[in-house]
Amino acid sequence: MSESANAAPRIRDGVRAALPLAPSPILFGLSFGVLSDATGFGGAAAVVMSATTFSGAAQFASVSVLDAGGTVAAAILAAVFLNARYVAISMTVSSIFPGSRLRRLVESQAIVDESWAISGRSGRFKWPILVGAGLFFYVLWVASTALGTVLGGVLENPDELGLDAAFAALFLALAVPYLRDRRARQAAALGAGIVLVLLPFAPAGVPIIAAAAACLLGLRR
Amino acid sequence: MPPGAQALSDAWIVVLVVGAATIASKAAGPVLVGRRELPPRLQGCIDLLAPVMLIALVVTQTFGGDEEIEVDARVVGVGAALVAIGLRAPVIVAMAVAALVTALLRLAV
Repeated sequence: MSESANAAPRIRDGVRAALPLAPSPILFGLSFGVLSDATGFGGAAAVVMSATTFSGAAQFASVSVLDAGGTVAAAILAAVFLNARYVAISMTVSSIFPGSRLRRLVESQAIVDESWAISGRSGRFKWPILVGAGLFFYVLWVASTALGTVLGGVLENPDELGLDAAFAALFLALAVPYLRDRRARQAAALGAGIVLVLLPFAPAGVPIIAAAAACLLGLRR
Repeated sequence: MPPGAQALSDAWIVVLVVGAATIASKAAGPVLVGRRELPPRLQGCIDLLAPVMLIALVVTQTFGGDEEIEVDARVVGVGAALVAIGLRAPVIVAMAVAALVTALLRLAV
């Protein structure tokens, strides 16, 4: 009994594996709460979004598009395009989820970039690690978002604080790991070009959505 | 209607739709697909979407104005953040550097 328990990882092993990464969701969650509150997105909406979307980059994208005066459709599309990667990511782990469809639907929500990466570290994806790490990140993410919305209330003039530049810095830092790939660099450069061409006359939010067309470079073999 | 009221309802629409779409994206593999794989060309496109969207957001946040390109304090702030990222600073530090530099320039100008 104990031998098989040693061989098979448990949920708590996933939590333990995720511990060193705890500062990341805490600090991100705090800043998402603060920024959402400061930009007028609203604290309650921010917390509900963290609890349902549970994906930092997409959440920041929606808030920043709305803050820049973009439409609801642009804010939605920017996040949906960003999270399309989860279709691909979830397919790499589709076979490790046990149980009924409903159970798989619920447990698949533990998939975030970090939990997915941790769960595959041994060379084979492990369900208890993915779910344990995801659950741990989820609790930290939602709780720190809520705390951030409370702290955000103390900011008086958010526009003077350089929040727009902070958003840009966040997206830049998140993009850097992807840009080690040559084709990703080409596509990102094309997307940036599309944005710069459209910015002078297209309504806010439209240039970002148009830039998504640059991913068609991926059609090439 | 006060601007805040409109922004609030906009935010809730975004929360609902993005939440539903993300839940569906994460469930796509485990619930619908089982062991099948995506066609390689579609996979190639999806792989490029994240970097493309992130860089598009960087450019918009750095240069975006009211239907115009604006070069102002943000460019310097984001440039400082890029240096921080190059020095392997944590993301949160890069964000703080960008905000601080931009805010200081806005105070100075």
